[in-house]
Amino acid sequence: METRVIGKSVPRKEGREKVTGRARYVDDLTFPDMIYGATVRSSVPRGRIRGIYFEGDIPWKEFTVVAAKDIPGKNCVTLLIEDQPCLAADFVNHPEEPVLLLAHPDKYLLEKARWAVRVDIETLPAIFTIDDSLACRQIIWGDDNIFKSFHVEKGNVDSVWATADRIIEGDYETGAQEQLYIEPQGMIARFSAAEGVTVWGSLQCPYYVHKALMPLFNLPKDRIRVVQMETGGGFGGKEEYPSMIACHAALLAWKSGRPVKIIYDRAEDMAATTKRHPSRTHHRTAVTRDGKLLAMEIDFTIDGGAYETLSPVVLSRGTIHAAGPYNCANVRIRSRAVATNAPPHGAFRGFGAPQSVFALERHLDRVALAIGLAPDELRRRNFIGEGQSLAVSQVIREKVHMDRLMDRAFDLSGYHQKNKLFAETNARSTIKRGMGFASFLHGAGFTGSGEEYLASEVAAEATRDGMVRIFAASTEMGQGTNTIFSQIAAETLELDCNRIDIIQPDTAAVPNSGPTVASRTSMIVGKLVEAAAREIQQKLFKSGFLNSGYAAEDFSRACDRYIEKFGPLDSLAKYHHPPGLHWDDERYQGDAYGAYAWAVYVAEVSVDTRTAEVRVNDFVAVQEVGKVINPVLAAGQIEGGIAQGIGFALYENVVWQEGRMINNQMTNYVIPTSMDVPRIQAFFEEIPYGGGPAGAKGIGELPLDGTAPAIANAIARATGADITRLPITPEALMEMLEGVHA
Amino acid sequence: MPDVARKVRVECRVNGQPVTLEVYPMTRLLDVLREQLGLTGTKEGCGEGECGVCAVEIGGALVNSCLVPIAHAEGAYIRTIEGVADGLNLKAIQEAFINYGGAQCGSCTPGMILAATNLLARHPDPNESEIREGLAGNLCRCTGYTKIFESVVAACRQTEHPA
Amino acid sequence: MRSFVPAYEMETPRNLSAALERLSREPGDWKPFAGGTDLMVLLEAGKLAHRKFVNIWNLDELRRIEVTSGHVTIGPLVTYTQVREHKALSREFSLLGRAAAETGGIATQNRGTLAGNIANASPAADSPPALLAYDAELELISTSGSRWLPYRAFHTGYKKINMRPDELIRAIRLPRGTSGWKHYYRKVGTRRAQAISKVCFAAAARVENGRIADVRIALGSVAPVPLRAVETENLLRGEKLALAVLTAAQTALAVEIAPIDDMRSTARYRRCVAQNLLAEFLETLSG
Repeated sequence: METRVIGKSVPRKEGREKVTGRARYVDDLTFPDMIYGATVRSSVPRGRIRGIYFEGDIPWKEFTVVAAKDIPGKNCVTLLIEDQPCLAADFVNHPEEPVLLLAHPDKYLLEKARWAVRVDIETLPAIFTIDDSLACRQIIWGDDNIFKSFHVEKGNVDSVWATADRIIEGDYETGAQEQLYIEPQGMIARFSAAEGVTVWGSLQCPYYVHKALMPLFNLPKDRIRVVQMETGGGFGGKEEYPSMIACHAALLAWKSGRPVKIIYDRAEDMAATTKRHPSRTHHRTAVTRDGKLLAMEIDFTIDGGAYETLSPVVLSRGTIHAAGPYNCANVRIRSRAVATNAPPHGAFRGFGAPQSVFALERHLDRVALAIGLAPDELRRRNFIGEGQSLAVSQVIREKVHMDRLMDRAFDLSGYHQKNKLFAETNARSTIKRGMGFASFLHGAGFTGSGEEYLASEVAAEATRDGMVRIFAASTEMGQGTNTIFSQIAAETLELDCNRIDIIQPDTAAVPNSGPTVASRTSMIVGKLVEAAAREIQQKLFKSGFLNSGYAAEDFSRACDRYIEKFGPLDSLAKYHHPPGLHWDDERYQGDAYGAYAWAVYVAEVSVDTRTAEVRVNDFVAVQEVGKVINPVLAAGQIEGGIAQGIGFALYENVVWQEGRMINNQMTNYVIPTSMDVPRIQAFFEEIPYGGGPAGAKGIGELPLDGTAPAIANAIARATGADITRLPITPEALMEMLEGVHA
Repeated sequence: MPDVARKVRVECRVNGQPVTLEVYPMTRLLDVLREQLGLTGTKEGCGEGECGVCAVEIGGALVNSCLVPIAHAEGAYIRTIEGVADGLNLKAIQEAFINYGGAQCGSCTPGMILAATNLLARHPDPNESEIREGLAGNLCRCTGYTKIFESVVAACRQTEHPA
Repeated sequence: MRSFVPAYEMETPRNLSAALERLSREPGDWKPFAGGTDLMVLLEAGKLAHRKFVNIWNLDELRRIEVTSGHVTIGPLVTYTQVREHKALSREFSLLGRAAAETGGIATQNRGTLAGNIANASPAADSPPALLAYDAELELISTSGSRWLPYRAFHTGYKKINMRPDELIRAIRLPRGTSGWKHYYRKVGTRRAQAISKVCFAAAARVENGRIADVRIALGSVAPVPLRAVETENLLRGEKLALAVLTAAQTALAVEIAPIDDMRSTARYRRCVAQNLLAEFLETLSG
């Protein structure tokens, strides 16, 4: 289908503001009378608060102080459940848990005061590992430390073991990862009896924050207002945590009567906010001697930290993606999210899938090695096709050509030729080179009935001079939401993008389009943008003021006439679940996602065996995504995601001490610089998906799934090291290399 | 109430304009720019000179403003992101960042544009290795750097004087 | 910003003698402040215990590089950028040129000074191993005069230096005469740029008739101070390049260094890498 605006690299809508420094992030905003807020936190992982003491040479009378007992409504940060307190009252359950809030007009004095508060805590024994949590060494949450568990069954796994040619097992682990958005978290809040609570902040989900503020203050929904400021990256890290900061700023604003700004410095942001869930996976796989998958038994555990927050949903996605794009008749997946005394882990692009996909793709390479088959041949013999079913018994009803994606990825990267060459040159060099790949899929949108439950809405309104305004709660945080939405609306309305206005997400102005997460924005919300725009066009056609094949001036004139005669020219599009999609929440089976993006990623690495440093020299990413709405933005998503995946694989190591991240500085928690990342090459294929605008599927999280396993497989190929854990630090790899030589 | 030091008087030029300040001498240049002068284009990313987000130019040299005490700004010529464009006319590097995907969330962008501008002033036609090295002190979490390199190359192709 | 910034004083003396006078008047109360790339990080972290600083950044006489027939003398305020841009210095003393290029990024190199780096006394600093390999000498001045000492004698323990509170580093002097030597510098950091070193190896050797006529090996990040691997040097001096020599030298090196486990790396890794870099260095000598 020929498109006019969609498929073009329309320049970033808010680009001019960003390149001139005029874009307004929360810390750029000030109010007259504004004061600053800061959080006093627990320094111990678990204990009973005995007392709070205000010490030091500080004029305490000048400070606004808020403790748990001051909270007018419910002391919790509402998310899925209400287990996480907004301020610790009697007990603390993780280091950095918020205990007290302070505000003062002088930033420097505030900081001095923060460290002069002594929270006296009687320590209790704490647990920090998945093992200790499962063993219930201490019960720190619920009856058994388990936030959630899932059990997926397909076919009859138990019937296979006795007769299988080969059974291969493996254990895999991934560590925590810090989102490290370049703009730290922050909020400004204002309270008045008349208006209630208003917050401005760096956030991904205005309605999540809105939902959290209501019970805190016992205020109804029209007395809470949340406004998203320009947001400097999120990647999931600003999905749930902003609600906590908004609650804190709002409490201080309510108590002081003045607007309050809380901005986290980097050290606080890294130590106190969420991280990717650490994980552990056990695979047990039965194959025929020529590599046909007979049974897959997968055990998947994630560490959720001290409170439930989003762990059940992270577990869900990790579980559903654990068996990959393969056709296997017998699959069992048992999974659980457990509690430890660490700050709660949370959303980070990929959301459980990077963890389980690392385990799977590493395991399959090891299975191939064990039975003497090339790793790509093992995949080819098992790639799922149309009509076959995934682990959760979802029948694939779209065209899937994993083998062709693999052909293309290998062709572009020189996978076979290079591996052959490296096999020869490696013998003569201390630098070992290798190519590795991962083949995978990623579901777009909320799982199962999630999108129905969200019931997202998008509104549109035309002005008298023919501008069309789009009202959605989806947030721009660099991924290109504003631009994509304007392209979709412009395409539908046959206008230029500059005739489309994307309204700043403000709960007083926009309907609830759901959170900006789960690779759903282009596909699910974009489809609603298309529908809302179409409804405006339809109204104009029906009115007789506009005929098809119109020019821009005709459109403007028609809007003016319509509004003159009928009043507001607006529309509201509501989500409709595609018919024929059925999900069984009890048995965890059925149509988990409306659409999947499919991919094969190839990494070329060189390992300097003298230092065990790994360089990623080249990276080829081939994915089928339905429709590329904006090539530059789409490639930017893939390239940026792969860079984060390179960090996940090689550089990003959270160092824990008694539940606290101690390397919480950019000097000591390293992400790749421009010298650490190769030219990343992203290639797209398009098989349009009817449920997405112009056929587009979601792609935001996809690159996080395949990058680390492709790199791990490449290192294993280059050196013979049997990688099973992330991150692959030089220290860990050095020991493995010594093991290889021994 | 804690003891305070004497404020010092600092005179400098910021984006061509003369500025006179009465400030505590160890106040970070970053905070003076943002809070006293209202130039919020320069951002804080880490407060430890690791991310380059706060980069400005002092006397044409790229520096991290979070590490510069305001007393060092005496007599200095300072340029921030607000001083890069020519009024309403964006520099080629800025246009390139908009069109070639060099800017995503925008929080590294001001520092990155300063670093790119500084690089191009020193190497008007840099090769990829020089671009990588010139921008190595500026972290980006969104782009994976590929489109930043492409933006710099595009800016060079467009004009003889991209900075 | 975790410090109470209004409590910090900074005075800007008009010239060097005024600066020295201030440092001498209340010994220990006032500290010199050069580029600030270390001190400002401490200020941000709330860890800058000292409150009074003498700003010497504007004393241009302290940032000269002088070349004579016998020495290259570097002023204390010379920045890494200046080192890199000084063709004679960075070519002849390539280890120092390499160290400067690997210190932080361009923005850090524009503000960080050699003397500041030395006085900060971090065992992980990138320039000290190069200075040790070149047998650098330091001139320290105060109101009571000046003294010279070999840089090797400057670091006496972890963050302990042979310098009084009233003294300033006035010059870093490098004896010329290693230009015909083979130089080898390698910093193994946490990533390829903007990285703190895990192991830093700076070495130079004069090879004559297939033998190591003279050799200097210095390392960073493997001991409480930057160090010269004197025992390893002694073992190598006069030897032909052979596998047996390499193995013996690696064994000696393992004992001379004292790497630790920390947030960035492990003792085991550092020891292993230091030994491997020694091998790589010796390989470059036969090439």
